[in-house]
Parts: sequence; C-alpha cells; structure tokens
Amino acid sequence: MESKNISRREFLKKLGLGVAATSVVAAACSDKQKENAVEGDIPKGKMTYRMNPKTNEKVSLLGYGMMRLPIIQSENTKNAGSARDTDAPIDQEAVNRLVDYAIAHGVNYFDTSPAYCKGKSEHATGIALSRHKRNEFFIATKLSNFAPQTWSYNASVEMFNNSLKELQVDYIDYLLLHGVGMGEDGMQVLHGRYLDNGVLDFLLKQREKGIIRNLGFSYHGDVNVFDYLLSQHDKYHWDFVQIQMNYMDWAYAKQINARNTNAEYLYNELAKLDIPIVIMEPLLGGRLVKMPDAIVKQMKEREPEKSVASWAFRFLGSYDKVLTSLSGMTEMQHLQDNLRTHCPLKPLTEEEKDFLFSIAKQMVEKNNIPCNECQYCMPCPYGLDIPAIFTHYNKCINEGNISESMQDKNYWKARKAFLIGYDRKVPKLRQANMCTGCNECSPHCPQRIAIPVEMQKIDAYVEKIKQNLL
Amino acid sequence: MNKKLLRTTRVILASIFFVLITLLLLDFTGTLQRYIGFMAKIQFLPALMALNFAVIIVLILLTLIFGRIYCSVICPLGVFQDVISHIHSLKKKNRFTFKKEIKWLRYGVWVLFIVAMIIGINSFVALLAPYSSWGRIVQNLFQPLYIWINNFFAFLAERADSYAFYSKEVWIRSLSTFVISAVSFLVIGFLAWKSGRTYCNAVCPVGTTLSFFSRFAFFRIHIDENKCIKCDKCTKNCKANCINGKEHHVDYSRCVVCGNCQSVCPKNAITYSHINNKVKKNRDNVSEKANNVNESKRAFLFSSAIIGTTLAIAQEKKKTDGGLAVIEDKKTYKRSTEIVPAGAKSLKNLQNKCTGCQLCVSKCPNDVLRPSSDLLHLMQPVMSFEKGACRPECTACSSVCPAGAITPVTAEEKTSIQTGVAKWVKQNCVVVSNDHNCGNCARHCPSGAIIMVPYIKPDVRNNNGETEIKNSTEALNKQEVRQLMIPTVNESRCIGCGMCEYVCPSRPFSAIYVEGMAVHKNI
Repeated sequence: MESKNISRREFLKKLGLGVAATSVVAAACSDKQKENAVEGDIPKGKMTYRMNPKTNEKVSLLGYGMMRLPIIQSENTKNAGSARDTDAPIDQEAVNRLVDYAIAHGVNYFDTSPAYCKGKSEHATGIALSRHKRNEFFIATKLSNFAPQTWSYNASVEMFNNSLKELQVDYIDYLLLHGVGMGEDGMQVLHGRYLDNGVLDFLLKQREKGIIRNLGFSYHGDVNVFDYLLSQHDKYHWDFVQIQMNYMDWAYAKQINARNTNAEYLYNELAKLDIPIVIMEPLLGGRLVKMPDAIVKQMKEREPEKSVASWAFRFLGSYDKVLTSLSGMTEMQHLQDNLRTHCPLKPLTEEEKDFLFSIAKQMVEKNNIPCNECQYCMPCPYGLDIPAIFTHYNKCINEGNISESMQDKNYWKARKAFLIGYDRKVPKLRQANMCTGCNECSPHCPQRIAIPVEMQKIDAYVEKIKQNLL
Repeated sequence: MNKKLLRTTRVILASIFFVLITLLLLDFTGTLQRYIGFMAKIQFLPALMALNFAVIIVLILLTLIFGRIYCSVICPLGVFQDVISHIHSLKKKNRFTFKKEIKWLRYGVWVLFIVAMIIGINSFVALLAPYSSWGRIVQNLFQPLYIWINNFFAFLAERADSYAFYSKEVWIRSLSTFVISAVSFLVIGFLAWKSGRTYCNAVCPVGTTLSFFSRFAFFRIHIDENKCIKCDKCTKNCKANCINGKEHHVDYSRCVVCGNCQSVCPKNAITYSHINNKVKKNRDNVSEKANNVNESKRAFLFSSAIIGTTLAIAQEKKKTDGGLAVIEDKKTYKRSTEIVPAGAKSLKNLQNKCTGCQLCVSKCPNDVLRPSSDLLHLMQPVMSFEKGACRPECTACSSVCPAGAITPVTAEEKTSIQTGVAKWVKQNCVVVSNDHNCGNCARHCPSGAIIMVPYIKPDVRNNNGETEIKNSTEALNKQEVRQLMIPTVNESRCIGCGMCEYVCPSRPFSAIYVEGMAVHKNI
C-alpha cells in the first residue's frame, strides 16, 4: 500500500500541473473564482498526446468518434439520441461547434465511416473540418463492410473516392478495413471483402502514393481473423489497429460473450509488434456510464468530483501503446467532461486498476446484456427497436427492477417500473414480443449477442410479470 | 317547507351522479370500477337487458313514489341536458312555454323501440338508449381529451422518473360510432339549449316508459289555485314544458320533478306532496320482457381480405447501420363470425342485451374492443387484434358490463372459454414467403394450442433443378438442414384470444387470425 501511494505522489509531482493541482489552485483563488462553475474552465494546451512511431506525429489521446452526431431535435426524435437512431437531419451547426471546441482544446483525431449516421457522418465531418487547416487534424475513415453488394473492387474504389470527396480532403490520415472478424464466418468475410478482390492491394498502393498515410483495421469478433492479420504484419505493415478495449473487456470479454476476446490478449499481441492501438467502445456504448447505483457510489467515494466516465478513459490512458481513445460525443457536456479527463490525463495506479477490475467483476455478475447501442443490428426487418429493448432491460437490472418472484418485497413497484418504462422507451409494436427469430440481426452484432434468444428471454419475463405468474 | 329544498336536493344528487358516472366512463385504468361501477348497473335499460329485476322494480317503485326523479338524477343524459338548458337560462330568463305533448312522436318512437327490441334491430335500440348515448359521447368525444391530459401528466412523470402516470394511445375505434356520438351530442345538446327536456319527453323510450308510472306518482307537483296569482312563472321555468300555469294543470307524464317551478313561485303556491287527485286512468302498462330475437347472421367471406395482402416487410439491404423499419398498420380481417369477449356467452346474447354504452370499450386496456360497424349491431362491442390481444390476465369488460351482455368471469374461467378458433393463412406466413423460421404465434399462445410442424416446400428440387417429390418423408429428407416449421392450430385448445394474430409479423394481414364462435364453449 505504502509504495503504491508513493508512486502516485511521485506521479503527481511529475505531472505538476495535473487536474488535482488545478483544483488546488482554483480553491486558493478569490471569491470571484468561487462564483464560477465548480469545475472551472477547461485548460487549453494541456491535452495529453501520444506519438505515432511511424510518422512521428502527435495524436491526441482523446479522439473524436463521429458516429453519434447530434440531430436537429423535433417531435419525432423523442427517443433518438443521435443521428444513428433516426432519419432526422444532422445538426451541422452543433457539429461545427463541437469540432471547433475540440480542436481548440487539442483534439486532433476524428474517426468516421461511410456507414455512420445512416451514411451522413462523413459529409458532416467534412464540412466541420474543412473550416480548419488541414494540418490541424487527422482524419480516420473506413472501407466499410456491410452488404456484399458493396464488396466488389469497383464499388470499393468508389467508396474510397467518395470518402475523399465527402471529407473534402486529398489524403486520408488513417484508413481502416472496417469490422474485420464480423459475420458468421469471419475468415470468409475477410477474404470476400478485402483479400480476394484485390481491395487490400488497392489500399496498399494508395498508401505508397501517400493518399493513405496510415493503414490499419478495426477488429470485432472472430479472433482467428485478428491472429491471421497480425501474422501477415511483415507483408502488410499495419500502421495501427483499432480494437474494443475497456476495463470490462480487458479480462471479462468471454464472460460477457463467449465469442469475444479479452482486450488484454489483443493489446498484448499488438504491443509485442509495437503497433499503435486505437480504442473503440471505451465506454461500451455508454454502459460504463449508466452503471448500477451501488457501483457509482464506489467510484464517487474515491473521486467525488470526477465523472463515472473519467475512470474508463483513465484506464485506457494508463496503457502506453494506446494512440487514442475514440469517444462519440453527441453533446457538449460529454466533450467537456472528456476534455477534463484528458487535459492532461492522470493514469491509474495499480491499485486503482485493481479497483476497476473489481468493478468489472461486479458488472459481469449483474448479468447485463452486453449491448452497446451501436445500432449495427438495425434496422430489424420486423421493426423491433433492439437496442432500446436491451437498454431498458439493463436499466431495470441496474435499478433493481427485475424480480425473481412475486414474493419479492418490491415486486409490485418493480413490475410497474418495468412495464410502464418499457412502453415509454419502446413503442408497443417494436417490443420483444414481435421478434420472429429470423436472426437477421445477430451476425451484425459486434458483441455477438444472440439477439433472438435474448429477445425471447425478455419477452418471457414480460409475459410472466404481466400475468403475475412469476 | 323551504321552497328551494326539492330543487337543491335534486341538483346536488344529480351533480354527484353525473360527475361520478362520467368519470367511470372516462377512466381507462379500471380503478374506479370497484367503487362506482354500480352506477352503470342501476341504469334502466342496461338493468332491463341484464334481467336485473331488483333494479327495475326499485326504479319503478321510485317513480311510483316520487315521479321521474330517475330522469333528473340517475340518467346522465338527462342531467347533461339540464346543464345545457341551465346555461341558456342564465342568459335568458323565463324562456319556456307550455307545449302540448307530441304524442305521435313520443309513442311512435316508443312502439318502434319495442318492435326493434323484439325483432332484433339492436343498433336502433342502442341508438335510443339514453345512458348509452351519454356513454358513447363520453367515450368518443371526452375520453380522448381525458387521455391527452393524462398523457401530458405521463410526459411530465417520465421527465421526473415517476411511474404515477402512463400514456395511452388515442384512436377512433369505429368511425360510424364516432359520428353517431358526435351527431347525438350536437342534436341532443341543441334540443336542450332550445327547449329543455324535449328529447326526454318526445324521443327517449326510457322517459316514455317511466311516464306511464309517473302519472300515478304518490308525490307530485301541485299548484294551489287559491294562492296562485297566475303570474305564469312556473310555466316559463319548466324545462319540460309541462306546466300550464294559467289552468293550473301539470302533465305528470312529462314532469321530471326538477323543482324549478317550486323555487320560482313568488307565492309559494306550488307544493311537492301527496294530494288525492282524480287522475284519468291511463293506458295499461306495457311489459318489457326481454324478447328472444332471431336474426340472420352475416356471412362474409374473409377471402377478400387475403386478396392483395402483401408482406410489407422491409428486407432492406444493410449498407449503413441504425434506423427503424417502417411498421405497416395491421388491417382488420372480415371475420365470418365476429368475436365477442369471454363472458358474453354467445354472439346472440351480447347482441340482444348490449345497449352500446361503450363502458367496456373505454375500459379495454389492450385496445381489443371496438364498436361494431355492422349496421344491425352498430355500437355493440366486437373484438379485433390489430392493436393488442385479449390478454389472459384481463377481465375488465366482463366486470363493467351493466347490461349482462358480458357476464362476469374470472381470469381462471377465461382460460377455458373458447370464444373463437385461430386459422392459419398459408400465403401470408413469413415462414412460407420469407423462408425463415418464426413461430412467434406458438411462442405466445397462452393455451398451448399452436403446434409447429415441418413445412414441406412445394418445390424440392434435385441437383439438376428438377422437381421430384414422391412422398412427404422423402421431401423432408431432401430439404436443407434448417427445417422450416409452420404453425398448426389444435382447435380443441384454442380459446380465440388473438395473441397469435397480434404478434404475427405478417402485415397488413396476419398469417394467423381468429374466427369467432357464435356460441362460446367451455373447454
């Protein structure tokens, strides 16, 4: 214990102007300062950067994910959080505002894809970034991977050229093969999508020409595909790899879902090859923010003034091969909170890491459905709102509103909260009882959730509490 | 005796009855039923339909003793007219005159009403039933407002993370019934505005029936000729137009004992008391036995419903992520026999007894019940499953029905009452058309009546593309490993709850739907 404390102190000394120090300064300031909001301004020029060993460029540890862009709110967008949930137009002014603010505070990595926000993300990102100097930001986009119709060589080249056009740039800083390892047979999809049709060769050529400055892939699912691509490192020279990593996936990926691979393994394999790592799903799509009350309490006991999300980013920042952690920040508050965490980032002590692993263990034991609301499963052909159903169910687990039996003390209260909340969050015709089990969804799920199975479980539970047969 | 006592008592009682019974009709949560559900059951026509003789006898005795206080206090449509009429009277005092009874209309309608009851023109009976008219007006015109206000509270509650209110969809269940309600609201309201109780005394069959007794009421309004100064104030304030002040004559068949005349008389010449009076013997009472009705059944074919059915399922190719597929509204099958709730016993029982008050419709939490649009049975409830199924735990309609059209059943009894039988429509089934397994109907069947069996495709081809099916076993063996399963219905276990029809993914027409049973069966 003693030695750990010292190391922490030493660390603070090193950083000098760390967050804690900032707050000390703030506390010592005059009454005028006290009038300001508790957290005060976010310091400029304090962003923590990581070096890309190939290009020697400094990449901000906080990266901006352009997957959950804000929309113009209207009557019809009641339940929609961002542009990925709805057809409502993207609020370009808000995007510009967010991007300007992020760049002003040192964020320089922006990650998008032709698929995001129903295909509208690249365009909006292009508009926002075109207002800045080209050397102020790095753009990451992907050769996306959904319907086999888009797999042909020509369609892929067209997709790539379209990205350049939408983003209003003549080169891409970071280009990824999108979601390798997904699908029923990950290897087969990899071959069909990128290898056999010469698409990867095309991309390698673009890299030689300098139109792609860094080439990598984002990985979900089948670990054989990951291992295979790394085994070909000598041939392809991956400049970076994007993986899903957070304190849940570090050691409990298998517990959440048997087909996932622990981030610990992925990270270490990449570290061995000295490949920079880009992190996706740092908050598991918000699940590491919307935590059960008891867990939030444990975090707040340690860091009363820090957000729940800050723990997740500090965890990632504690690993030095991490180039940047992508966060899809829809609202200014998200951005500001994340900037506070990263300007500069205070790494975790070993003891704090252990604390987060204990949190992860508690989460696994809660039996949440590991849905990140990434919307890859959507649209369901039968109109279900799959992520909304899972989110409601997880919320009820977290709030203790899933009953074991009618004898439970709070059964009637929990029943009401579940059923009324269910109708509020999910329209009747989009609820779990409408699932046909066609399984169109599961192959798209990066978390490999057996969606129809979970749907039928939830539905069975709903039927039981409706009929009071629990 | 205070000359305003009668009027004040009447106003207070009427207000209580009117407000509570309207609340009962508005309430969609079913909570008020337990406390004030009786208020619907003491209404004259529903009680008559339910063969609730105790209520009928009490109501007749009440009329024989006090006159038509039923019309003034218990009947919500009567009170509604008083409210409208009163508002007009506030602006324009002393606006009534004595009018002669419109006999041809009053007794003509009454005779037609009795005939309609006997030969089973149930929609005509329901149309004239006064309490039911009010029920329809409330359910169709006021409940939407009530629900919108509730939904506003639910919206606030949602913001506050409270579950005190939940929102409910507002929809027009039957256009014809909605129009009838709106028209009767306007017509009856207009008549009340113009001339008070005209509707009650010229049209309403319950008013006419009670008038046969009120003529002989023990307590009646009397004008003391010695005190009367013939100022005619009583006449001018009689909303029933039944006082001829000049001649000291009151038409007791139309008097609803409101007490307005008494309260305005400057000389206290009007008393509400028992005085032996020579009253002309009136016609004999007419018995109103519930008559058995024969009526022909509709014989619609549902085939028209199937024609043109398409599966509007968005088999959209994924190019981007996110978004929701459009869900087409379900359409109603034309059922050859309508489905009526467990407790109705039979279609005929419901149709003969229901007065179309919409109390059950306003209470149905699953949006299953709606008024029929069939001409003979307009306004009477039937079930359909586009918006929900008749859920096994719910017995709301059976517990509210005041007319005995839907008799009380428990949730346990309901599980064994067969109200209809599900039928599978092959060409609509997603297993057949979309080539993947579903089984949602079987998963949700509360009585386990749906059995999934292997589907043998009509075209099981060999490697050369030739079709070769010799027998079903061979066909099964030829098919892919992933065996397609289709639903079949075990007719002896199906209760017709419509769960399968509701959850069926096929739209707009479900691939499994319920045909009603004319006579319910215990299984």
